[in-house]
Amino acid sequence: MNLQAVRAIYVFEMARTFRTIAQSIISPVLSTSLYFIVFGTAIGSRIQQVEGVSYGAFIVPGLIMLTVLTQSISNASFGIYFPKFIGTIYELLSAPASFLEITAGYVLAAATKSFMIGLIILLTAFFFVDLQILHPIWMLTFLVLTCLSFSLFGFIIGIWAQNFEQLQLIPLLAVTPLVFLGGAFYSITMLPEGWQAVSLFNPVVYLVSGFRWSFFGQADVALVWSIMAILGFTGACILTIGWIFKTGWRIRA
Amino acid sequence: MPTPILNVDQLTKTYEGGFTALDAVSLEIMEGEILALLGPNGAGKTTLISAICGIVQPTSGRVTVGGFDTQSQYRGARDLIGLVPQEINLEPFEKVINTVRFSRGLFGKPRDDAKIEQILRQLSLWDKKDNAIRELSGGMKRRVLIAKALSHEPRVLFLDEPTAGVDVELRRDMWEIVRELSDSGVTIILTTHYIEEAEAMADRVGVINKGQILLVEEKAALMARMGQKELRIDLNKKIDAIPEELSDRDVELSDDGQRLTYRYDTRAERTGIVRLLSALQAAGLSVADVETKQSSLEEIFVGLVQDQEKGVAP
Repeated sequence: MNLQAVRAIYVFEMARTFRTIAQSIISPVLSTSLYFIVFGTAIGSRIQQVEGVSYGAFIVPGLIMLTVLTQSISNASFGIYFPKFIGTIYELLSAPASFLEITAGYVLAAATKSFMIGLIILLTAFFFVDLQILHPIWMLTFLVLTCLSFSLFGFIIGIWAQNFEQLQLIPLLAVTPLVFLGGAFYSITMLPEGWQAVSLFNPVVYLVSGFRWSFFGQADVALVWSIMAILGFTGACILTIGWIFKTGWRIRA
Repeated sequence: MPTPILNVDQLTKTYEGGFTALDAVSLEIMEGEILALLGPNGAGKTTLISAICGIVQPTSGRVTVGGFDTQSQYRGARDLIGLVPQEINLEPFEKVINTVRFSRGLFGKPRDDAKIEQILRQLSLWDKKDNAIRELSGGMKRRVLIAKALSHEPRVLFLDEPTAGVDVELRRDMWEIVRELSDSGVTIILTTHYIEEAEAMADRVGVINKGQILLVEEKAALMARMGQKELRIDLNKKIDAIPEELSDRDVELSDDGQRLTYRYDTRAERTGIVRLLSALQAAGLSVADVETKQSSLEEIFVGLVQDQEKGVAP
């Protein structure tokens, strides 16, 4: 096991994060604050409460998820796409490192960054709303698992992408709509029955539901489904990456 | 007797579209030598290096480095290899020292600041260690690539066209670096399409074209074996035509009528020089000066590639 390689990639990627600290940290915090102002204050003043929780507090888990999902994908996809784009991938391919070690380096770095951003947004939320966290250990578990699984997903997108447009395509066309329609800003029980049934096909519903449960003890779907969904998604990503490195798809001629 | 450190056996690479970039290439490289792989653009030089280093998946064949199979024991094999690619592939915003440290870690070696300093000093990069790579000149960037490749102390170093697009002064600079590396015991395989480069640096020369190794030979032996020589005879008096006595010989007369040029093969049983000189005397020509010229590697190379196109074995 070449742990030095994992460490080298991790340190290199984290250095990039801290070098671009402004765009890495400040911009997600700023955009989340805007969500709080628009959704929490403007709309929240009319909705008041959802399932016994003030609307401002209710949207916090969904907002964290929205940012963590998009950040995990963009961090990890950029992390591996950039070496492909500028050609430094030759070094990764010729190093005595397995796919597991290379993936671990990039994914752990991407997940660390989005985990930090998730926590910062949580701290920011305390400035805007009264917030309680009923199950903090579960909250952190969900946050860590989400960061890891979506960083894995982002890593796949980064390998698949052949240009910058493709790099943006899936986050824009699939992930953002799925998060917005996944109950980030509402409970799916507020939807008509037909749309509730459709929503159950949206994997993000399970993530947001489980995460919100760790804050308020209320969930749209049973907790066990949320855990299975996130573990299943992680497993599917790992299998896909294993196949990519075995076949060299889009990385090794 | 030196031992081979790198063994390439029947290596073939056929791409999905059916193009064969490497056609059953076999090659042995001895520890400590400098081998120049000479070939025109698209001959398969980079593909060969890429297939050895793990960047390209070979279709068939086997490669061992220091006894390690590059497929089944890739960690052991790649530990021994350093690769300097042809393109300047570097993270533009990264500091020189960080990118070299990264390479060392990636190859599984623990951080060693003294070693990194030694490499950067050897390549005259120490003063630039905290510069971002985009601030460096083209020649400096190439040195950074070499520093990265040396960071994990490889025993075999591949240099893929190290002087492509580099000006004359920098090229000589690069040759100097390669010689120093070789003196420190590193085995060097470099690809080039500059004959001058192979002639100046290599111990052995391999000629590759259309994915096939045409020959691998000691540079001096290659030049001696393949060498055509020219005998140039300057005459005291100008002549208008080649005299009858010399007409059955392969002799050319220069436009100014003062020089005769005779080509002969050093490998031939008889060079025909003595008979030519007697014929000159018989024709009553007086000789002012005589010189011989060995054909360059370039002429040998062009000859080999042309033979391959015509289907003649070298």
